[in-house]
Amino acid sequence: MMKKLILTVLCLMLASVASAAGGAYIGEPANTNIKSQSSLQKGAKTYMNYCLGCHSMEFQRYNRVAEDLGLTEDEMMSSLVLTDAKFADKMTHTMTKEQGEQWFGKAPPDLTVIAKARGVDWLYNFLINFYVDPSRPSGWNNLTFPNASMPHVLWELQGIREAKFETHTDEAGEKHTEFVGFETIEAGQLSEQAYKDLVRDLVNFLDYSAEPAQLIRMSYAPWVLLFVALFTFLAYLLKVNYFRDVH
Amino acid sequence: MGKIASSRTKNSSGIMDWFNHRLPVTQFYKDHLSEYYAPKNFNFWYFFGSLALLVLVNQIVTGIWLTMHYKPDAAQAFGMVEYIMRDVPWGWLIRYLHTTGASAFFVVIYLHMFRGLLYGSYKKPRELIWVFGMIIYVALMAEAFMGYVLPWGNMSYWGAKVITQLFAAVPWVGDALVEWVRGDYLISDATLNRFFALHVVALPLVILILVVLHLAALHTVGSNNPEGVDIKKHKDENGVPKDGIPFHPYYTVKDIFGVGMFLLIFLFIVFVKPDMGGLFLEHDNYVPADPSSTPDHIKPVWYFTPFYAMLRAVPDMQMGALIMALAIVVLFFLPWLDRSPVKSIRYRRWPYKIMLSLFAITFVVLGWLGMQAGSELQKLMAQILTGFYFFYFVWLFFYSRNETYHEVPERIEK
Repeated sequence: MMKKLILTVLCLMLASVASAAGGAYIGEPANTNIKSQSSLQKGAKTYMNYCLGCHSMEFQRYNRVAEDLGLTEDEMMSSLVLTDAKFADKMTHTMTKEQGEQWFGKAPPDLTVIAKARGVDWLYNFLINFYVDPSRPSGWNNLTFPNASMPHVLWELQGIREAKFETHTDEAGEKHTEFVGFETIEAGQLSEQAYKDLVRDLVNFLDYSAEPAQLIRMSYAPWVLLFVALFTFLAYLLKVNYFRDVH
Repeated sequence: MGKIASSRTKNSSGIMDWFNHRLPVTQFYKDHLSEYYAPKNFNFWYFFGSLALLVLVNQIVTGIWLTMHYKPDAAQAFGMVEYIMRDVPWGWLIRYLHTTGASAFFVVIYLHMFRGLLYGSYKKPRELIWVFGMIIYVALMAEAFMGYVLPWGNMSYWGAKVITQLFAAVPWVGDALVEWVRGDYLISDATLNRFFALHVVALPLVILILVVLHLAALHTVGSNNPEGVDIKKHKDENGVPKDGIPFHPYYTVKDIFGVGMFLLIFLFIVFVKPDMGGLFLEHDNYVPADPSSTPDHIKPVWYFTPFYAMLRAVPDMQMGALIMALAIVVLFFLPWLDRSPVKSIRYRRWPYKIMLSLFAITFVVLGWLGMQAGSELQKLMAQILTGFYFFYFVWLFFYSRNETYHEVPERIEK
């Protein structure tokens, strides 16, 4: 009975984890690979070029990124650091919160730990699902994060697209708007696949940055668990031996 | 050679003598370990007491190291956690041991309490052990709640707001009380500072003292066991219970095995899945505290959700807070609500077995409901289950009075 009870608890825990997502439009999974250093390097480059101007990473340091991504100080400073920042500086920018609010309506958030808050799938889908919407102040809207104040910064790469919606009226007389697809108005510099790969690498970098220690953590895991398993096995033998004279 | 050895033995016993004349070290060791006789039939459920102690030590040690690198300042707190995760050597491990330890503490404590329900460990003469345990549980909830506020994430902020607001339910002085607890009109730097003081100094002290009392009371009357029989009734010529074995080395060795099993699961979470998919470390708490942005769905961490579900099940906030408080208070009275002379579930009949199972399921499902956004159906379920939670105790009070049961053996058979 108790085993069943414990199983029930575990199932419920899993169910609640699964249902914790949901809500936002998630068309496809991000499929990032945190262990791919080249993907992380490409993602870092995209971040420095397109994102850092508005989104700081105020808890992340350049030298830590270089170390974890397998870059030398020279490589990092010459190709990735575009400001006059020092190697050990944190990845900040010069835009103030007030300026951000004035320019975008809402100050662009710091993105150091955004992957922990949103999850990689959400971020990936957010970045591939922009479309033009003249009714928005920025001229852009987003399927995953409707009415986001962020414009489509990567539009030159992805191109300009319109979203097609269909409105149905159900039996109860309520109207439902359903997304049916995108229509390309102007092609971008990258093919659809190349753009998705670029976003995937970028999101991979955000995932890394949310917890740089995860690379070390995962590499220790098997050894720690192996040690504890061995310890537990010996402890079990010791216990059995001691209890041999208990009748 | 022999001369040296003997003089050394004499010397060491001399040191023990010196101490024993000033502090009963040897006597203490005998009373609580080598000559503390525990029933020989402890099973799986008896691991959780020593595991609770292990987790407590883990929380204190990792907590001390976290305190070395943290500043309870509303402008810096969120960044301090990230500083610990990135710039402090092994800071990530210390923090994950602490955050996973918080959830592990409740897992262990809930199983420890359920053991008490299974084998009637709260019954005479162990009522006081249960009551001390319940006070520890309440202190632990306060400790966990205040610790949760320290990272100053958005869920820390809004959780603190909702929970402190509950004090407004107290008649007459409610609003003044809320302000007194917060130290401000709203959750602010002042709140963070006092929660830090209570989390790292006041409550750990209280919990440690209570644990000493819990154990002192336990060692006065002796441990219960899965059979629920009193091993002190049958002693040998030396006054040693015939069905008892010395805690050390038998249960120290067995508990080390339990510690190994526990660490396998615990360290798997720490190293592989420290967030537990948002269950142990919530997604919304990776957004810095923002008084102007309410999270879509405010909910406490999983270990509070059964009570949170009860709070939300009642439409009136004041009544809800009262129900929630009563749900905890009623547990204190369990030793007097259960009037059956039989301790262990093994010798109680099917009505008790079914009702206790339903009670356990109710608690778990309420916990699940407390995590959900709350549809109408879920609200109805929460209301029914809250009703059943209290009905269980009323039922137990009347049922246990004239309960029939199987014959309880005199001694532990093996």
